[in-house]
Amino acid sequence: MNDTVQAKPQGYYESLFSIQAVEFTLLDLSLYLLTHPMDAAALQQYSQLSQQLKELTRRFEDQFGPLTHRSVGPNPPYGWVATPWPWEV
Amino acid sequence: MWIYEKKLEYPVRVSGCNPNLAKFLIEQYGGSDGELAAALRYLNQRYSIPDSRLKGMMNDIGTEELAHLEMIATMVYKLTKDATPQQLKAAGLGEHYVNHGKDLYYENAGGVPFSVRYIQGKGDPIADLYENIAAEEKARATYQFLIDISDDPMVNDALAFLREREVIHSQRFREGVEILKEAQLHKAYY
Repeated sequence: MNDTVQAKPQGYYESLFSIQAVEFTLLDLSLYLLTHPMDAAALQQYSQLSQQLKELTRRFEDQFGPLTHRSVGPNPPYGWVATPWPWEV
Repeated sequence: MWIYEKKLEYPVRVSGCNPNLAKFLIEQYGGSDGELAAALRYLNQRYSIPDSRLKGMMNDIGTEELAHLEMIATMVYKLTKDATPQQLKAAGLGEHYVNHGKDLYYENAGGVPFSVRYIQGKGDPIADLYENIAAEEKARATYQFLIDISDDPMVNDALAFLREREVIHSQRFREGVEILKEAQLHKAYY
């Protein structure tokens, strides 16, 4: 078993936190938009942050491994199990 | 369907091993006003509630509650993973340990197993929305009590985030009530 939590590479937490911050803003906006679907400014912000999240996620996954099954790469080791679980970091 | 993202909604840090605090936090894991109850309640109510906006509310808030359940589990895991059986016993988790080892279990802080009787789906939109507003306010109060009793500022940071989310969810459900009222007015006039 390889259950030892490794020390995280430089920038891991900062990069993860930037994703969490943008994704949280998107999540909260999405709840707001349920009851304010005509708010153009909120929709604009949502659209802009969605693009930002894509870029942040791409950069994070290139460096630290996949955040979802769908971004697992073709080369071994299988990235989904090669990176730590959220409760281990 | 759901897609898992291999990260938490908000970072969970702990200052160190603290099984006493973990025991209290289990209230929000499998307690009557905890995250499991909230997720199961909303995801079950979403099918028959009228109005796409209200369905979205049940669906999306129910989904976020699963992320909160994971945050509570992470707190309990981190606070207990290095505890000895003697430390768990001293923290009042001896009964938990002999039954579940270091696994989490859906129970409240007093060790009472989760019951679906905590939650309702009444098939009546106003009754369901008011139940949900009450659930969010009870969860908010529980998070405040947990912060009051906690001795770990790092855990309190994540607990404060969860407390604020209850406020937002309550606000959304209150807006859901207004959507229903508008629909009623519309019916009366036409």
